[in-house]
Amino acid sequence: MAVYSAFAAVDGTGAAAYRLFVMAARWIEASPKGIYVRPADAWIDPSVPVERALVTHGHADHARGGHGTSWATPETLAIMALRYGDIAGVPVAYGETVSLGPVDISYVPAGHVLGSAQILLEHAGERVVVTGDYKRRDDPTCAPFEPVPCDVLVTEATFGLPVFRHPPIGQEIDRLLGALHAAPERCVLVGAYALGKAQRVIAELRAHGHADPIYIHGALERMCDLYRDFGVELGELYPATAASAEQLRGKVVLCPPSALNDRWSRRLPDPITAMASGWMRVRQRARQKNVELPLVISDHADWDELTATIREVAPSEIWVTHGREEALVHWCGLHQMQARALALVGYEDEDEG
Amino acid sequence: MHAFSQLLDGLVYTRSRNAKLALIADYMRSAPDPDRGWALAALTGDLSLPAVKASAIQAIVAERVDPLLFLMSRDYVGDLAETVALIWPKRIDQPAEIDDGSLGLAAVVDRLMRLGRAEAPAALGEMLDHLDASGRFALLKLATGGLRVGISARLAKTGFAQAFGLDVDAVEEVWHALRPPYAELFAWGLGGERPDPRGTPFFRPFMLAHPLEAETLDLADYAAEWKWDGIRVQIVGTGQAVRLYSRAGDDITATFPDIAEAAHGIDAVLDGEMLVRGEAQGAAEHGGSAASFNALQQRLGRKNVSARMLADYPAFVRLYDLLIDGADDLRALPWEARRARLEAFAARLDPARFDLSAVIAARDFDELAETRAGARDAAIEGVMLKRRDSPYVAGRRTGLWYKWKRDPLTVDCVMMYAQRGHGKRSSFYSDYTFGCWSEEGELLPVAKAYSGFTDEELKWLDGFVRNHTVNRFGPVREVEKTLVVELAFDSVHDSRRHKSGVAMRFPRIARIRRDKPPEEADTIATLRKLIV
Repeated sequence: MAVYSAFAAVDGTGAAAYRLFVMAARWIEASPKGIYVRPADAWIDPSVPVERALVTHGHADHARGGHGTSWATPETLAIMALRYGDIAGVPVAYGETVSLGPVDISYVPAGHVLGSAQILLEHAGERVVVTGDYKRRDDPTCAPFEPVPCDVLVTEATFGLPVFRHPPIGQEIDRLLGALHAAPERCVLVGAYALGKAQRVIAELRAHGHADPIYIHGALERMCDLYRDFGVELGELYPATAASAEQLRGKVVLCPPSALNDRWSRRLPDPITAMASGWMRVRQRARQKNVELPLVISDHADWDELTATIREVAPSEIWVTHGREEALVHWCGLHQMQARALALVGYEDEDEG
Repeated sequence: MHAFSQLLDGLVYTRSRNAKLALIADYMRSAPDPDRGWALAALTGDLSLPAVKASAIQAIVAERVDPLLFLMSRDYVGDLAETVALIWPKRIDQPAEIDDGSLGLAAVVDRLMRLGRAEAPAALGEMLDHLDASGRFALLKLATGGLRVGISARLAKTGFAQAFGLDVDAVEEVWHALRPPYAELFAWGLGGERPDPRGTPFFRPFMLAHPLEAETLDLADYAAEWKWDGIRVQIVGTGQAVRLYSRAGDDITATFPDIAEAAHGIDAVLDGEMLVRGEAQGAAEHGGSAASFNALQQRLGRKNVSARMLADYPAFVRLYDLLIDGADDLRALPWEARRARLEAFAARLDPARFDLSAVIAARDFDELAETRAGARDAAIEGVMLKRRDSPYVAGRRTGLWYKWKRDPLTVDCVMMYAQRGHGKRSSFYSDYTFGCWSEEGELLPVAKAYSGFTDEELKWLDGFVRNHTVNRFGPVREVEKTLVVELAFDSVHDSRRHKSGVAMRFPRIARIRRDKPPEEADTIATLRKLIV
């Protein structure tokens, strides 16, 4: 695939057009398969196998297998090893800097999931930050986001519409526990992404005093073990498949979203179907997924966090990647900031995988 | 407003009927008066507010949100009220995302009732500032008319009845005598006097029939009538007012203004079948023909009926029974006595809009069976058998009325697509689309069916779908075209909506024909021959 030296761009009025830009950081190029850092000959979160990959975090659409060498945080490399077996990886801990050719590369906490990082690239007197996926809310399972001043901010926009405002997680956990206690003969089955969301929900339940055993789908087991290996407390977890319907009454059961309505759930005692996702804010999305208890819990920045972060970091240019780019680019235009949308492919919306 | 918006949210997400009833009952018990009365009216569709126009809502949002950001959001969310509820930015001095409790449902309704068009936007904006996203959604749905939370008026009334240990049919009897916020109704629920509905055209629960299982009946004890394929209707007149009710007790007067007008001035309660004039079912020897159910369907579910509709699909009622005649409640009388009164009564009605359901002349059951078999060609659904001495009682009572439907038609089809069911069936592929062969040798969908199988068969069908999927379109799976299923159905009609040109009535799965190869399934031409 040819590497474009131009951007697929959306200008401030929302009209999409391919055109050439005179821009900052000309040493970085975006192609549909990822962001290419030319002087380092390395790709950030490429969607196809490459020789040198800089990986922001462990979700499968960002951390793909088959690269020659991957640079990532030790946590992210561990997650990749869990999924792809042995991989050639160079660990870069938060705060450390490595040099690839003339480019200095640092990993900064992004607050998205365990090991998630923003990547700071410094070259030719310019600073570029690629946020990867991030959030600004507290999360007991990972290091909090740190804003980094920069010239160019490459930001995600998964929830880049002003209808997305995530409520405080405590409110959603209270609703989960309320539903659980109101129907002690049933169980609450929570659909949660296997990496990050599941462990965050468990840790938040613990923080809210829920000490009961929590039952998990087989697809979550190894990831929960990995989190524990990195020191995240998750309390008593048991495989749901080994438990009887009687044992599961009044208990929280977690599974990946794909298993929510599947045959797997038939064994459970009349489950209340819940789903932890930022999309749950929109009624129709929840109904489409047959969800009775929508929990608006997201590991992505909501609209207010996205815009507040842009203001705080105050870059001279904003490049918007996957998600609803147009709205965020338009917002930047309204606030006299220079912004453009990058047309990258291969990234999934939260929980759509 | 908080309790009401939580109730609406709960109803949106809850799938099981019992759980919905429990939510409604909890609310009806715990909410204060008159909030709960207004809520009940909103749920039953009896709350009429001067609707705020969508343009007014867009105008208030435009004052606070960039128009392009709003448009992008609405494109994504789909629903105007929900988009506004989610996007609404509070004024700086208001607490974020909290229903501050200052707006009661009754106060909101009162305000909306008095709002002039000019002041509506500002007043609405001011109210939105006091609510959270759920509350804003509830307010906007109330203001624009129509809650659409997926429950029927009957379910709301059942929830109310459940809250106070009342009989829903007894609630139904007084319902139409009362007006929101139903103070008398709640007083009754809390142990007071039952409201007296006399003088208003209120609904009486229908008498229903069991399927006939006995081999034979003595026609000395039972009278037979044709079973017509329309909708049951109750016509209630008080001399001044007329109302039409569906089988579920929903008021369908507005849907059939032609019938309501023709019944104007009667002081009686009649039971009959709503039909449209036509030739598809029955003939003169059955007491007159009627159009197919398909034709009637054009008239159903409309709140406003165009002159064109009235002319193209003229409705009439085939009368079955007379419950009340003036001051006389006939319901305790034997059927024969009511029938005599009905015949006398019907003679005074407009024959263009009302006729009598004919009593079938047959010496004995065998002759009736023969007549019934002969009526298949006339596309009649079957016969009704009514005990000659039966009183008119609500619901199904053993031994009084029977429906003896003709045996269903059947056709062998091939499974084409499958979708998951709802509620308890949400983990099963239980909704299927079936096809028959066209002349060009192409399978075309002819019916959707989701019943008729046992739990065991459902598991097997679910397994078949999972193991033979060839394509996925969102929630729909396309399967290998290898499974033949015998579908039973009541009748088949021309349809412009389906590529196959036919539509079945009540298709259900009769048998899974694992023995049959798909090329031996029936053709659309065969199916077309069954259209009458």
